[in-house]
Amino acid sequence: MKKLLLMVSVLLLTVTLSACGSNDNTVRLGVIGPLTGEYSLYGVAVENGAKLAAKEINAAGGILDKDVEVIAYDSKGDSTEGVNAYNRLRDQDEIHALIGGTFSGVTLAIKDLAVQDNIPVLTPTATNPDVTLDAANVFRACYTDSYQGSTAAVFAADELDVTNAAVMYNRDDPYSEGLADAFMAEFDARSLDYTAFEFGAQDDDYSALLTNIQSGGYDAVFLPAYVAEVGAVLTQADAQGLDVPFIGGDGWDGIEADYASVADGFYFVNHYAKTDEAAVVQDFVANYTEEYGEAPNALAALAYDAVYAMAEAMENAGSLDPDDITAALSALEFTNAVTGSIKFDANGDPIKSITIIQVVDGLHEVYAKVAATEE
Amino acid sequence: MELFIRQLINGLNTGSIYALVAIGYTMVYGIIKLINFAHGEIMMFGAYFAFLLAFTLSFNLPFLLVIVLSMSFAAILGVLIERVAYKKLRQAPRISALITAIGMSLFLQHLAQLIFGSTPYVMKPLIDTTPVVLFNFAIPKLTLLTIGLSILFMLLLSFFVLKTKPGKAMRAVSQDKEAAILMGINVDNVISMTFAIGSALGALGGIFYAMTYSQIYPTMGVLPGLKAFIAAVFGGIGSIGGAMLGGYLIGIIETMTKAYISSKWVDVIVFGLLIVILLFKPSGILGKNTKEKV
Repeated sequence: MKKLLLMVSVLLLTVTLSACGSNDNTVRLGVIGPLTGEYSLYGVAVENGAKLAAKEINAAGGILDKDVEVIAYDSKGDSTEGVNAYNRLRDQDEIHALIGGTFSGVTLAIKDLAVQDNIPVLTPTATNPDVTLDAANVFRACYTDSYQGSTAAVFAADELDVTNAAVMYNRDDPYSEGLADAFMAEFDARSLDYTAFEFGAQDDDYSALLTNIQSGGYDAVFLPAYVAEVGAVLTQADAQGLDVPFIGGDGWDGIEADYASVADGFYFVNHYAKTDEAAVVQDFVANYTEEYGEAPNALAALAYDAVYAMAEAMENAGSLDPDDITAALSALEFTNAVTGSIKFDANGDPIKSITIIQVVDGLHEVYAKVAATEE
Repeated sequence: MELFIRQLINGLNTGSIYALVAIGYTMVYGIIKLINFAHGEIMMFGAYFAFLLAFTLSFNLPFLLVIVLSMSFAAILGVLIERVAYKKLRQAPRISALITAIGMSLFLQHLAQLIFGSTPYVMKPLIDTTPVVLFNFAIPKLTLLTIGLSILFMLLLSFFVLKTKPGKAMRAVSQDKEAAILMGINVDNVISMTFAIGSALGALGGIFYAMTYSQIYPTMGVLPGLKAFIAAVFGGIGSIGGAMLGGYLIGIIETMTKAYISSKWVDVIVFGLLIVILLFKPSGILGKNTKEKV
């Protein structure tokens, strides 16, 4: 019996020892995003942005004198795949911190696991309000859905004099619904009129909704959705001859690539504008374009900022201990960011400015910039 | 009223696509009693063919040629699928063929994913899209073309099946395969021809679907394929006229549900309809009640 006990304990010891025998000369940052599939536009941008930042950081000496390594896995935009990717990052790659969960849905799915495992998370792009709630070690680099949605409503009411809006959103997507809810709440608060039009993730045919919108005589349509859907909706709206301005959220970023003509003149709120003249923005755009052969979208910029912010927090913490990193993130004031300065509130949400962009001749033009407000 | 007519036109647009795809289901079922679940994927491949022909060649093909060529490629694909996957199973129990069809459908989806990747291709409409004003209604040109061309091809098909010799052979095979063989009809050729025609029309549906909704992706055939299948059952599977009628009705029901109730209810109503039909009139609107042969 004693022999058996000894054998078991020796066995256990070898297992535990071998588990922590991995490479400790690098700082490993995990990235999870839809790298393939219809949303790959977003995931690839996040991966590229993060890797560009890591490359620059390594060239400047790394974090705590160690090289940064970005390990990206595909979530296909699906929560189950996202959790699998997370498990692999935790068990196999033993990451020190996680950048991402690109989508809100995926990030929500891995949030509880990350809290349990105490892995610091700084998601560049998950905008759903619940992501940072009740999770001390989860932060985000972008503003929330509700902030974005209400800013779009303020913009519609104040700048475009919209008094009667159509709100068209994807009921299967928390991101789309979150923005729509915030937009409608702001319109309620100002006692302006609106009508909600829902569609489903499986829908390809929006003509019935658009015909109803056309006959309803609305001043504008708020369409918080991702490019794949936005493009299809705008194409059909154009074919029907619907002549109403559309307003969107940051999911519209990249719309000019395939749908410049049908999106011309429309507005969306975004994290930064490629045409911003600040040096850090122009340097980032130039380096990214040189590295990947295309201009970065807002998600790439956010991921780039997130990696830099994480690096600074790790430097400030002086260690890779998760509690130290979390504490350093809470206290972080990261000023020289592409998407505006980052400083986290009690929830772990950033307090930052918001940009309103108009699509003109396939280019992003800064239409307005709304300053940061403490919520 | 004006709104109702507009929505009716939207419904006819979706309906004509369903009708085109439903014909493929119904023809194949009529001939070899197989529900060809890979038909939605042929529709998807048809759309990819059109995309490749229209945007990747160094010279510009005229619109009609793009359509005809993609339809021909899809026809070849359809015949190939039949030869490879279904022919050997003609004498096998029907359930084996059905399972093969489902397998074929998944195979083609993933093949498309391998070849084209899962990022959607953006299909620009190949024709000018300014709306046409007809009786005070601004109707998208593409809608007119979809409705017009699908009716034209359906008329051609009816003429072919009812008035020509190969059409007669087709009807003969669907009525009694053994007797048709005894009459000197080459059943293999007739079956290939059926797959070719059904696939070509399915591809046409796919091209219009892609142009109207602007995107092509490997799973794009799944839902419209299923809806077209329901349309075929609704109209009476095995009956070409029934498939057309079923297609238009499903398209209109779907659009009206979206317009006047909520898009949430569309699938509930359409799939519920399938169950109701199977319960109360399994032969469909235009289907004949065949007595069980003893």
